[in-house]
Amino acid sequence: MSAAAPVVELKQITKRFPGIVANDAISLTLEKGEIHALLGENGAGKSTLMNIVFGLYQPDEGSIEIDGKPVIIDNPNKAIELGIGMVHQHFKLVDPFTVTENIVLGMEPKKGLKIDYKSAAEQVRKLSEQYGLQVNPNAKIHDISVGMQQRVEIMKTLYRGADILIFDEPTAVLTPQEITELMAIMKRLVAEGKSIILITHKLKEIMQISDRVTIIRRGKVIDTVKTANTNPNELAEKMVGRDVTFKVDKRPAQVGTSVLKMTNVHSKNKDGVSVLNGLNFEVKAGEILGIAGVDGNGQSELIQAITGLRKIDSGSITVSGKEIANLSPRKISEMNVSHIPEDRHKHGLVLDFTVSENMVLETYYKSPYNQSGFLKQDVIDKHAEDLIKQFDVRTPSIENKARSLSGGNQQKAIIAREIDKNPTLLIAAQPTRGLDVGAIEFVQKQLIAQRDQGKAVLLISFELDEIMNVSDRIAVIYEGQIVGEVFPQDTNDQELGLMMAGSLKQGGKAGA
Amino acid sequence: MHRLKKIFATDSYIVPIVAIIMGFLVGAVVMLIGGYDPIAAYSALFKRVFGSPYDFGEAVREMTPLMFTGLAVAFAFRSGMFNIGADGQVLIGMTAASVVGIKLAGTPSFLLVPLAVIAAGLCGGIWAGIAGYLKAKRGINEVITTIMLNWIALYLSNYIVKHFLLLKGQNRSVDNPASLSMTFLNSLFDNARVHWGTALALCAALFFYVFLWKTKQGYEMRAVGLNPHAAEYAGMNVGRNVVKAMFISGAFAGLAGAGEVLGVFHYQSIFAASPGYGFDGIAVALLGLTHPLGVILAAILYGMLTYGSAGMSFGADVPPELIRIVIGSIIFFIAAQGIVRWVLKPFYFKRKKEKVL
Amino acid sequence: MDLQTLGQLLNTTLVFSTALIFAALGGIFSERSGVVNIGLEGLMMFGAFAAAVGGYYAQDAGMGAWAPWVGVVCAMAVGVIGSLIHAVASITFKADQTISGTVINFLAAGSTLYMVKLFFEGAGETPLLEGFKKVPVPGLSKIPVIGEGIFNSYPTTYLAIVLVIVIYFVLFKTPFGLRLRAVGEHPSAADTLGVNVNKMRYIGVMLSGLLAGIGGATITLTTTGTFAHNTISGQGFIAIAAMIFGKWNPLGAFGAAVFFGFSQAIRNYVQLFEWSKSIPQEFIFMIPYVLTIIVLVSAVGRSAAPKALGEPYDPGKR
Repeated sequence: MSAAAPVVELKQITKRFPGIVANDAISLTLEKGEIHALLGENGAGKSTLMNIVFGLYQPDEGSIEIDGKPVIIDNPNKAIELGIGMVHQHFKLVDPFTVTENIVLGMEPKKGLKIDYKSAAEQVRKLSEQYGLQVNPNAKIHDISVGMQQRVEIMKTLYRGADILIFDEPTAVLTPQEITELMAIMKRLVAEGKSIILITHKLKEIMQISDRVTIIRRGKVIDTVKTANTNPNELAEKMVGRDVTFKVDKRPAQVGTSVLKMTNVHSKNKDGVSVLNGLNFEVKAGEILGIAGVDGNGQSELIQAITGLRKIDSGSITVSGKEIANLSPRKISEMNVSHIPEDRHKHGLVLDFTVSENMVLETYYKSPYNQSGFLKQDVIDKHAEDLIKQFDVRTPSIENKARSLSGGNQQKAIIAREIDKNPTLLIAAQPTRGLDVGAIEFVQKQLIAQRDQGKAVLLISFELDEIMNVSDRIAVIYEGQIVGEVFPQDTNDQELGLMMAGSLKQGGKAGA
Repeated sequence: MHRLKKIFATDSYIVPIVAIIMGFLVGAVVMLIGGYDPIAAYSALFKRVFGSPYDFGEAVREMTPLMFTGLAVAFAFRSGMFNIGADGQVLIGMTAASVVGIKLAGTPSFLLVPLAVIAAGLCGGIWAGIAGYLKAKRGINEVITTIMLNWIALYLSNYIVKHFLLLKGQNRSVDNPASLSMTFLNSLFDNARVHWGTALALCAALFFYVFLWKTKQGYEMRAVGLNPHAAEYAGMNVGRNVVKAMFISGAFAGLAGAGEVLGVFHYQSIFAASPGYGFDGIAVALLGLTHPLGVILAAILYGMLTYGSAGMSFGADVPPELIRIVIGSIIFFIAAQGIVRWVLKPFYFKRKKEKVL
Repeated sequence: MDLQTLGQLLNTTLVFSTALIFAALGGIFSERSGVVNIGLEGLMMFGAFAAAVGGYYAQDAGMGAWAPWVGVVCAMAVGVIGSLIHAVASITFKADQTISGTVINFLAAGSTLYMVKLFFEGAGETPLLEGFKKVPVPGLSKIPVIGEGIFNSYPTTYLAIVLVIVIYFVLFKTPFGLRLRAVGEHPSAADTLGVNVNKMRYIGVMLSGLLAGIGGATITLTTTGTFAHNTISGQGFIAIAAMIFGKWNPLGAFGAAVFFGFSQAIRNYVQLFEWSKSIPQEFIFMIPYVLTIIVLVSAVGRSAAPKALGEPYDPGKR
């Protein structure tokens, strides 16, 4: 063995879950000082593979070698011991704890029986200087920005002496500027002798930063290539398995009259903090307005205000000229407002209801589903049968629980239900999150079809590509305010990114 | 035949059955440790229940309030709440039936009895509705409030009996002229205290089923119970459903109280402590997998066990408290289904292998 | 009301509070680790029973003043064993924690009485014990009101007060406390840092059994002197209320427990007032329960509860 044995070598890893093979004989090597990208669609098996490396799952077959020596990683402790650290996509941070407490948890420096917070904070400060990671050691997690939370995640691994870092979709919640900063951090880590596995489905980032790419599809390795020898189109084709264009086909919008109008809307949360700060915008019939912004800038509150789930303190919200502010969700729904919620499990479906029952979640009380208090089950079932056919919802039968459907089919079911209401205004919040490419295409086509039928569509998404490709007009939200309105053809990621970070204000350019 | 196989292949039937068997086994082990003869004890138990028409009738009497309180707890469960307060709701129901029956004495029976029964259901419902209201409006955990309301109900009932209905010199109310007894069955059951409450409980179970699965209102309550967030997004008024569901749950419990006062005792005692109907109801609801048919079956089992346990202590000298261990174990095994599945695993394994071969 | 009565009222308040303090502290350990413990009532029952039996045999063996302490140790042991049932069902087998806690209450009610009858030839309660005696603190017990009220208490009361401070320190200043709270707030964060979630939860639940056991023992050894079916009648549930009212913090729970203890103690003293004679005693009995509801209505929501409370930890779920 030469000194250049790979730091990590995965040999023929296979992992089966009931009904699917998540990883099918996957092999992969990570060289020292390398950034190795792992590319694949949602559900391709990337996360399963990394959870195996991190000791959260055990492989059914195959072996792992670290620095040329075979190892068995049966729990995260073992992974940490071997110098493996994972930066999780959904940050694993304890909200009411401080930055320092989160970093030292499980490996606390002690003075007598007590945790030695002084020396802990000192170590955190040292690490933060060494790697150029700006953090405030005494701040509570719920008070710091998403970018800083991610730096805390990285520091957790460094504090434990990790040499092998796994980044799981690290850019999903960042602005373009924060992404640039993260890239710089990753370069510095590699320069300090660390090796990195980057899990992502974003081609742009891979081209920008990685040395090599391994593409997996349906649990199998398709190819491993040097980044320098490939291009985004080739990678995309390998990832999806067919030729894909990420451009969405659409005709120019036929914009009609104003449908949704929000004027100077203010709202506070439970703690009295202002979450909507004088929000102004308008959506017209026949157009898709995309709301761009970093998570947590008032997107959820904005939707809640329109759909009646949140009380507003002042301002006006009108739909087709009628005031709807502070009406009940049911009243608003009856004014032809449809809503595809952000969290389909929590808000969109009753998972333990059948598909059939879920299809009438908002209309069960109306004729023909309800007759003098009793539900007409045959009518409800017929309705569900029609919808699953029309929207191609794959389910063994309408009697199956919604829980048993795949994510894509659950989303299709929700979209079917919402579009079937024949809305004037359709609100779509993160409608493609967690879906595979086929389902994403389906969802985006449906939104455009609705627009072409003259509906007003409000699209909220953290995926800048989706906003750019699908919207007819873009409004950027920052700290509960619209800080700029632009047309997608007149702008670029950089400009949007600056607006999303609040450092560029540019109101009204594309406004009505 | 195929259909039948399908029914019994479902875990939902196998788990409780195995849990019941395991519960009896735990009871047997506990008896062996205590130096008792489990076979003698269990046979004494069943002999007590089926030994005479009188005992059988009394066992049915024992099952009746359990059906009601089991339905009460199960109904709240289906709507996403844990009603530990069925006990207090039973007491309030009893008191309402007593007040109406005694204070309106002289009203013709065909009016007085329904009035007393309705009052019991209504007041039990309102009592539970308080907890529902506090949950809906102030987000207060219903587990705590229903427990507190149990105590308040106990003292309130005692106060009412003592100050308004007392039979001089006794620790109970005067006799209640409203009666639910099935006197025409006296000869058949040897004067066991069978009453119309049992029939009413079966109707309540039917109502439970139809209401929850066939009506618009029931659909809402199930949605609220399974996912209150989605229900709210879909435009349902979660708070109002919580209050309504608790009202119905409490009404079931209140009817149990009416059955006891009007069908069994014909007066109301001053209670030193909680009579415990509600806690038994929790066991029955869990045992019946919170389905109305299951609850009725569970109440029959539970009623047999508790009524028969007295036979155990006469026949085999086993303390009747043993039966609580059996019941606790059964619920334990149903709640921790993993244990049952683990016990069943070898059998499943075998069956699957056979299929392959 | 004269000063002496005031001192006595304070003293009685502490007697009633002590059991609640222990049990509420136990509840805090369990719930801070993410496991709902509605079984406190049953665990107290186990403790009260074990203390009565253990104390009786120790007294019989001539251990004198040490006998009640033997009772306390037995209560701790039996409390832990009882809590293990809850832990196995709700942590290992991921049963619904509320149901599993209810099972504890059932099993405790059945098995303790079963054993009482077994041990004492069919009797409904255990033989009367001498129990603890009040121990005046030299010097301090001479202070007016407070001396009588606080510094002339049962040893268990002193122990409870010391434990409040110790447990506060453990929860908020030590690695163990940090890990326990992390497991209750965000188990998968703790897991990925190598903290064994299930182990921490087992410890949390077992400590709740231990402390609730002492709580139950306190009642037999200082208040009733015997164990019967009604020895623990709802105190476990009031301890849960104290824990919630105290926002899952030992100091807060202490304050709430004293408040509930006071509302139980006042029952015995309120009749000393002339005006109270016109109030039926049932209404006086209701006071603590009505107060609990009023307090909950006017205070805390769920916001202070550990975030992962009630959720079994499943590492496969993301």
